[in-house]
Amino acid sequence: MAALLEVRNLRVEFPTRRGVLTALDGVSFDIAAGEVLGVVGESGAGKSMTGAAIIGLLEPPGRIAGGEIRLDGQRIDNLPYERMRRIRGKEIGAIFQDPLTTLNPLYTVGRQLVETMQVHLGIGAAEARRRAIGWLEHVGIPAAAQRVDSYPHEFSGGMRQRVVIALALCAEPRLVVADEPTTALDVSIQAQIIALLKRLTREKGTAVMLITHDMGVIAETADRVAVMYAGRIAEIGPVREVVKHPRHPYSVGLMASIPPLDRRVERLAQIEGAMPRLSAIPPGCAFNPRCPHAFDRCRAERPELLEAGATRAACWLYDPASEKHVPESAIHG
Amino acid sequence: MFAFILSRILQALPVMLTVALISFAMFAYVGDPVAIMLGQDFTEAQRDALVRELGLDQPFFVQFAKFVVNAAQGEFGLSYRLSRPVAELIAERAPATLELAFCAAALALLVGVPMGVYTGLYRNSWLSRFFLTFSLIGVSLPTFLIGILLILIFSVWLGWLPSFGRGDVVQLGWWSTGFLTWSGIRALILPSITLGLFQLTLIMRLVRAEMLEVLRTDYIKFARARGLPNRAVHFGHALKNTLVPVITIAGLQLGAIIAFAIVTETVFQWPGMGLLFIQSVNAADIPVMAAYLLLIALVFVVINLVVDLLYYAVDPRLRVERGAVRGA
Amino acid sequence: MAAPAFVRAFDSDLWWSFRRSPVTVLSAVVALVCVGGALLAPLLAPHNPFDLASLNLLDAFKPPAWAAEGDLAYPLGTDDQGRDMLSAIMYGARVSLLVGVSAVLFSTLLGVALGLLAGYLGGAVDAVLMRIADIQLTFPSILVALLVDGVVRAALPREVHDQVALFVVIFAIGISNWPQFARTVRGSTLVERNKEYVLAARVIGLSRLRIMLTHVLPNVLGPVLVIATLSLGFAILAEATLSFLGVGVPPTQPSLGTLIRIGNDFLFSGEWWITIFPGAALVAMVLSVNLLGDWLRDALNPKLR
Repeated sequence: MAALLEVRNLRVEFPTRRGVLTALDGVSFDIAAGEVLGVVGESGAGKSMTGAAIIGLLEPPGRIAGGEIRLDGQRIDNLPYERMRRIRGKEIGAIFQDPLTTLNPLYTVGRQLVETMQVHLGIGAAEARRRAIGWLEHVGIPAAAQRVDSYPHEFSGGMRQRVVIALALCAEPRLVVADEPTTALDVSIQAQIIALLKRLTREKGTAVMLITHDMGVIAETADRVAVMYAGRIAEIGPVREVVKHPRHPYSVGLMASIPPLDRRVERLAQIEGAMPRLSAIPPGCAFNPRCPHAFDRCRAERPELLEAGATRAACWLYDPASEKHVPESAIHG
Repeated sequence: MFAFILSRILQALPVMLTVALISFAMFAYVGDPVAIMLGQDFTEAQRDALVRELGLDQPFFVQFAKFVVNAAQGEFGLSYRLSRPVAELIAERAPATLELAFCAAALALLVGVPMGVYTGLYRNSWLSRFFLTFSLIGVSLPTFLIGILLILIFSVWLGWLPSFGRGDVVQLGWWSTGFLTWSGIRALILPSITLGLFQLTLIMRLVRAEMLEVLRTDYIKFARARGLPNRAVHFGHALKNTLVPVITIAGLQLGAIIAFAIVTETVFQWPGMGLLFIQSVNAADIPVMAAYLLLIALVFVVINLVVDLLYYAVDPRLRVERGAVRGA
Repeated sequence: MAAPAFVRAFDSDLWWSFRRSPVTVLSAVVALVCVGGALLAPLLAPHNPFDLASLNLLDAFKPPAWAAEGDLAYPLGTDDQGRDMLSAIMYGARVSLLVGVSAVLFSTLLGVALGLLAGYLGGAVDAVLMRIADIQLTFPSILVALLVDGVVRAALPREVHDQVALFVVIFAIGISNWPQFARTVRGSTLVERNKEYVLAARVIGLSRLRIMLTHVLPNVLGPVLVIATLSLGFAILAEATLSFLGVGVPPTQPSLGTLIRIGNDFLFSGEWWITIFPGAALVAMVLSVNLLGDWLRDALNPKLR
């Protein structure tokens, strides 16, 4: 099956006074129709940047400097603003992090739903309003027929995120980019929102790119997961594999830093050092200064994504031609 | 809603009373009003009679209370300089100032807001840079110099527009208007630009700054992510959110326009309240100064009230808070 | 304890940011020329505009030197009395600058003192002072200055007033501008008051006055310096406006505003230079001071950039 979304060698650059920063470098992945792809990584790893590039809303002066993004085989990374605008909301929906700031405070939630549907679906005001109420019911807002005329500040944070989800889905897009949709919410609400998102997208067959740093959410929701580090994909594969048997040394560290529920540990594992700044990404593998297994090649040559058992990892350990080729079992010791 | 207006009026009362106290103190203690009103020659009996008539022999609070009651009825006594009731003088001059202020404010808003929106949206365009440079000049040129320059160019050199007075005015009841004659409208042009230019640049800079701020917010990004057309994003979502601070400053500026009318009216010999005030300051005509001070205070209080009501209309968040206050 | 803001202000960072901004350097040059020309007017001015003996009515209304009827002896032309405009402007700028600087000093002292008191003492003192500041801030300061001037004018006999007119203007402009300083200083004081070094100073038994002057004051001077610079432009403009309106400095000591007012009478007969050159000098002075103030504000607040 052809992928719904294909990202190939995506490169995003930020020209600054001190030279051009490369925020994303050679990012490639696919999302199939109806699939949920989780994207994890530390802050600054480029997760949100990838999402912004896909919906065509990179913050200036950021710009796509290379690679392609295809939706249904059609390139969307180089479309003129007006054509891309018609795709946003209609083909690709977006959910932002903080529901308290995502909704325009001066308009009722109904109005915001109605305008979105009218722009994309070409329906009349009465029909749009009827559907707006339907969507509010759908996302679990009680007394939707009355609440449709309420202003955002009259809803709690969790309820607002439900409204945001309704707004993202109301024109029935085939892909939703959800950028940290639960991070700003109370822990008790997070699970509900994730469950809602999961239910609605499954019903509609909507594919999801779920950006988060919360591995629990990923494990719960995603079909596949991509681990990002310093603007590159370190590892990508089925969620179960990446969580249980990570191959890339960075993924290994990341997974080890999650407290296990089933046993007590004295100390959580941590990765020494910090992710490099964009202006100081080392040559070769970006992770090499922190990697316990780094060898000469890692410092000189940048690894592509290589087959590593059930996943693919950007690590020279998995290149049979490497001088220090280590079978996967060795790094799990 | 009614309770809200009432509470705002109650809040304004102390301010008005303080200003009234200052006015009264000026009136009662600065200079010797009796000597000024009697002129050079007077007898002791005449003096005592006038003191009694003016109530100057009564205790402070009685005098102040009388002053407030009179002021509330528009009664400020006689001008030392012109020997006519102050209220009459002001009523005569008010239409000229108000029409000038109205034109200046309209100019500032109708030109300043679009310029601000434009420079906010297209911050690096050639035209935006031009507008910003222009606004720097507007802020640094004193009002009277702008007036002088305009007169020099458009009256003296080009001879296009009149440089002083109101032109022909039409009397509508007690209100005299320059809007109904061609010469009245021509006479309004240069003074309005002079008076409005500073506020125009200020409003432009403010709208620009607010637009830049709002365009960075999440809800604007989200509006774009929902695929709304630019027009809806910029004018429906962004501009409306810049309105609250713009209303505040624009309101305050409207007050400032009426105050700065003093300078503009002097440059253009515009027969308004400002010219009356400056002539009164020159002649130490305290009753007119006191009345003018109170009037300006009243204008500011009214403007503040209108600004609050506009907030109420624009921002639903305030409605809820006030609703809660009303319920309590 | 960190170095006080005003000490940090003059270290090399400030110099660096100054040299990086051509507009600022240009402003500084213009401001220096204005101030230098004003201060050294008696030495530099080609004529003494107040020496009646040297005035020659035959030289009245001479256009600038580059015009056909111009005279090189009067580079910017002469006024109705035959006074050299360049000299009159230099002497006028002296008065403008004197009034401006004095008024700013006055409002700085008043505002800083009241702001420190309000912020440090709090309670009723604070409430009353800030309420007064609020009410005064509702009115445009030029109006306040006009009122103060008018009241003093009414309170003093004419002859006395003419003698002290200069001080009245300084007082009026100074009074109209103190709340800005008071508010800023009060705000910073409230912050500083609760810092540990002030608590420590109290614990070791220093008096309140001493704490305020030696510990709190140095830390609020940075913002005060910025406001003072920005106020200088305002004060010079306010003086010019008052003088233009005829209620400012006495005609015996004409400032730039007075010159503009006098020149305004000759606008229609074509002698534009009598009013335009003093106006240009005023704008150059105010604009350069304002730009320097803007730069200082940005340079002292790296966070705002």
